[in-house]
Amino acid sequence: MADHLANWFHPSLDWLAYTIAGAAGAALLLVVALMVAAVSMWLERKISARIQDRLGPTRVGGRYGWLQPLADGLKVLGKEDIIPAQADKLLFRAAPYLAYAAAFCTYMVLPFSGRWVALPLDSAVFMFLAVASLEVPAIILAGYASGSKYSLFGAMREAAQVVSYEIPLALCVVIPVMLAGTLSLSEIAEQQRGWLTSWLVFRNPFVCGAFFVFGICALAHTNRAPFDLPEAESELVAGFMTEYSGFRWVVFFMAEYAAMFAICGLGAILFLGGWNGPIPLTDLLGLRYDAGPLAGWLGDALGAINFIFKCFLGITCMIWMRWTLPRLRIDQVMSLCLKYCIPLATLMLAGCMLWQYAMPGGVVHTVGNAGHSHSPVAECTQHRPHAQRRLSNPLSGPGAPENSSLRQQPRLLLEATSVLLRGN
Amino acid sequence: MEAINWHSVFFYLFAALACGAAAAVVLCGNIVRMAFALVAALGAVAGLFFLAGADFLGALQLLVYVGGTMVLLVFGVMLTSHSPLFALRSGAGHWIAAVVIGACLLTVLLRAALAANAWASPPPPQQLPPRLQPTTSQIGLALLGVRTDKLDRPDPVLQKGMCGYLLPFEIASVHLLVVLIGAMFLARTKRRMAATGSGSNSSQSIPRQLEIGNANRPHDAQNPTCTPPGE
Repeated sequence: MADHLANWFHPSLDWLAYTIAGAAGAALLLVVALMVAAVSMWLERKISARIQDRLGPTRVGGRYGWLQPLADGLKVLGKEDIIPAQADKLLFRAAPYLAYAAAFCTYMVLPFSGRWVALPLDSAVFMFLAVASLEVPAIILAGYASGSKYSLFGAMREAAQVVSYEIPLALCVVIPVMLAGTLSLSEIAEQQRGWLTSWLVFRNPFVCGAFFVFGICALAHTNRAPFDLPEAESELVAGFMTEYSGFRWVVFFMAEYAAMFAICGLGAILFLGGWNGPIPLTDLLGLRYDAGPLAGWLGDALGAINFIFKCFLGITCMIWMRWTLPRLRIDQVMSLCLKYCIPLATLMLAGCMLWQYAMPGGVVHTVGNAGHSHSPVAECTQHRPHAQRRLSNPLSGPGAPENSSLRQQPRLLLEATSVLLRGN
Repeated sequence: MEAINWHSVFFYLFAALACGAAAAVVLCGNIVRMAFALVAALGAVAGLFFLAGADFLGALQLLVYVGGTMVLLVFGVMLTSHSPLFALRSGAGHWIAAVVIGACLLTVLLRAALAANAWASPPPPQQLPPRLQPTTSQIGLALLGVRTDKLDRPDPVLQKGMCGYLLPFEIASVHLLVVLIGAMFLARTKRRMAATGSGSNSSQSIPRQLEIGNANRPHDAQNPTCTPPGE
């Protein structure tokens, strides 16, 4: 975007173009994050009401209470802003904004569609996990600076829980990364272009299992019920948010919803094809950048709608679970992570590795070629004699035209290992 | 209006933040504020990495130092401090030792930094910095033993690092595993001794209550309706 803008301006005004591009991108992302929070709040109230056989918000903004989040926000802004006498005032004030910044910064590397990504990083998955883990220090800070027992308990629980669940979460994330052969979120989603069957979750049974574990870990990572121990109101008043009121309290809430959307987006990209729908509508309509910039833009817009729809589907599932399942005890939470999630995720990773080793081209390809293939690795290199060349010049890595085709990228790592094993 | 070189602006911003926060770590009395200032300093260093185009390294800095180490540090601080918002006082001896060690380190670092060629002749300021180059695949291949930055060197002596870093990596991870198991063993023996020695009089302090998960497991199994302490 910055380069397009720079073309419009005089060369001496390049800095202005970059400023505008940066500010516009940041503002757009902020609007998305805030809208996501508002819509999720409305969804949460509406779905919880329906599950409990109530109507939910019906007054503000028409029959379905569309504008309820706005009314809630106005109400919250009018509340008294309290800072406890025991609190460390500077840190108490800073903590909610840090939590929100950590949740919001994950949007930086989250691609919404083919070219709709703020920062097309090569290590986007890694960056996402790194930034998402920064919420923990902010919440510890909130709990500690409040000067209250309940807050401290909530913060410690949160820290223990999130740090533990990061391990199975990362193990589950490694599986699509391994299959795609890249850490770039855009590239991973792009490789799943096509029909429903090209989604990574349907690649093999182990990925499907990994998606299940990922869902559990995502719930725990965002502190949603049944893992909402840090803010368990029956035990800890409101956990680390006990002493917060007014605007800072609502900032914590927005951080939670922003993190929910981000983690659902990560799941959608890694397992559910990102913006590539169950039906490849953009391809069928020919809305690609080959057909002109407008067609490409329309295709990206359709893709973004698809992606956001998938994210909200994930959020709906999270809300549904919250209002269906009872809360776990802290020891149950920990044993679920250590005794079930980590071994399961490791098993899925190992199984997926073996599956990929035995059938690198998928089930159909391998069974079809069963007659004349000696070993998977040999087959792998035989089919593509340029593998050696590409290894000897890996600088033409992701992004180079020869690598961007669908099936080539996943085997790069396999080839690299096989070449190395032969002592080359 | 003068053109703004955003690269320089952000460099000065992050550099000032890193230095200021590092000074705050030293000068603050409150131990939690110190930890927070350390988070800010390490985060600003991650920002400098991003500015230098090392996105993978920057993310690593965020994940390992800002996220992981800080959580450990804060846990340690909270479990060892006696009162909330505990202030740390350091004696004159500490100050002298710290100044001597810090001055030595600063001398070494300054010598190394000033020896770099780029320092002598800085690039022209109006030149825009290079775009973010992907480094992740190069780092991954280097781990496996393919140094893409050294492929052109004809001299095999210069192709150092072509053997890969998998073995050191594995050694380091086994090391960490041993440390983890050792720490677990030490912690569990201490707790068992504490459980047989002193009864419930220590269960009101914060560290005891934080061990709800494991300390009360047998208890819970016998009596599922009992509530863990502190709730």
